[in-house]
Amino acid sequence: MPISPSEPPVPPEYDLAIVGAGPAGLSAAVAAADLGLSVVVLDAAAAPGGQYYRHPAPGLGAARPEALHHGWAAFAALVRRLGRHTGTGKVRHLTHHHVWTVERGSSTAWTVHAVTGPDGPEQGRAAVTSRALLLATGSYERQLPFPGWTLPGVVGAGGAQAMLKSGLVLPGRRIVVAGSGPLLLAVAGSLAAAGAKVPAVVEAAGYTAYAGSPRTLAANPGKLLEGAVHGAALLRHGLRPRTRSAVTEAHGTDRVEAVTVSRLDRDWRPVPGTGRRIACDALAVGHGLVPQLELATGLGCATHRTPDGTYALALDDSQRTSVPGVWAAGEAGGVGGAQLALAEGELAAFAIAAVSRSAVRPDARRAVALRRTRARLRAFAAVMAAAHRPGPGWPDWLSDDTDVCRCEEVSAGEVRAAVTDLGAHDARTVKLFTRAGMGWCQGRMCGPAVDCLARADSHADADADADADADADAGPDRRPLSCPVPLAALSRPAALSGPDGPPRS
Amino acid sequence: MARNPVELAGATPEPSFEITMDGRVLPALPGQSIAAALWSAGILAWRTTRVNGRPRGAFCGIGSCFDCLATVNGAPNQRACLVPARPGDLVTTQEGHGRADLAV
Repeated sequence: MPISPSEPPVPPEYDLAIVGAGPAGLSAAVAAADLGLSVVVLDAAAAPGGQYYRHPAPGLGAARPEALHHGWAAFAALVRRLGRHTGTGKVRHLTHHHVWTVERGSSTAWTVHAVTGPDGPEQGRAAVTSRALLLATGSYERQLPFPGWTLPGVVGAGGAQAMLKSGLVLPGRRIVVAGSGPLLLAVAGSLAAAGAKVPAVVEAAGYTAYAGSPRTLAANPGKLLEGAVHGAALLRHGLRPRTRSAVTEAHGTDRVEAVTVSRLDRDWRPVPGTGRRIACDALAVGHGLVPQLELATGLGCATHRTPDGTYALALDDSQRTSVPGVWAAGEAGGVGGAQLALAEGELAAFAIAAVSRSAVRPDARRAVALRRTRARLRAFAAVMAAAHRPGPGWPDWLSDDTDVCRCEEVSAGEVRAAVTDLGAHDARTVKLFTRAGMGWCQGRMCGPAVDCLARADSHADADADADADADADAGPDRRPLSCPVPLAALSRPAALSGPDGPPRS
Repeated sequence: MARNPVELAGATPEPSFEITMDGRVLPALPGQSIAAALWSAGILAWRTTRVNGRPRGAFCGIGSCFDCLATVNGAPNQRACLVPARPGDLVTTQEGHGRADLAV
């Protein structure tokens, strides 16, 4: 989709362009610069860290940002190294640069296009060129709808965490935490530590699913410790997660006032008669994370389905995607957490350095150790993903008038009618009939749910294996533009190299 | 145990400034997003939906869901969870798509 002027006749500005300044992107940036590459990092936020290491802006004067984080020391060390490299010009960190597309130039160059600045009339555009591209685009939270989930006060679990980490604020004083996945424990712990009452932590899966993989657990004492730390923090606040349970309804008129928590069977179907009402003024809810793949799928990178039902990039041993010249690290290759992202970012930098002319040789022993770490953490991620995969019975907690698509206000009844009466068998066809997924968020919030509803009803008679085959065909969502691009910004010429000019090695 | 997030993070923020939400004057701290300043004041909704006119506010908190769209200084469709609050900002509840002025 070449919108910009034709490719510049000059050589690429940078050896490596990295999209995303979270754990994977930062780790890759400092490692690549250590190896002599010139690097540009483009990131939408004002400060490095991504979602995981989101932290208060300087004006908030937080003396203990580490109180909101696990593994802050590793991040602080990375930021110091990044600072040294930006000081010498080996790395350029472009903040407030939201990349909306990447364009392939000649076989050796990429043009990365970004919208600059926060939303508003002053947004501009920028573009950089590079020989290699690393996608460290992270993930966003998976949501499954339930009656009342559009009420103010119902927020994403990751959203509550993000607002707390960056703005030092809470959505309420009495916050129920619900959904599925390890993030819930971290969120409940942070909210309670920050002074909120957490009347319940509600997990749809059973933690016993982890016990089926004793060797993977034994190989990951660090991960077990992390879980134990979160668990101990919850116990300190008198919290014990209720497993095999879900918030099946949020109550209130103009904001949430209470939730109903129900027991679930093994397939996540609510068990009739088990509903219990819990008063609260906020609900933080989420069902795991979804890799953010727009830029990668736009370039044609191959994906695969992970055990939790999301799509991730198919990567080789060197973090290479299926498209030559494009690497990926962190959640884009499958949700696995910050430690894994750090290892993968460094490995990707090693691999890119190895094929770049200007690079020093990476430390072979370090590479071996990083590969081992990656294998161990990927195995743990697979166990985790399988344990928290949404059960096929969750749509039973939807009523026909529950809005599934928040943007276009499309109800579960309308989606089901599109499937049963109009023959829609996938999310794309449901979208064409109902507009579900066609709004501002481009299906990021309703996509996983619509996908399930379309397949659940159309494959009602098929067995689980046939369903898995059907899964494999659907492919990830495609969004040609990964963020909104104002026409006013497009009408301005892109700054191909900023005021400081590109660094030269 | 901390009583609030500011205490937990050992924060000593720079002096607060004022923003206005539908005419109500609120304090905001330097570095907070508009959504964070509104949450601080106990405000959870600042948009009404296009079809059913239902109240909405911040949901994903990271700029993905677009539920927190607000009209800031007259410009609609700004993600309040991403836009930093600035002294004197005039925030108004966004009704529908926020472009009633373009209606024919």
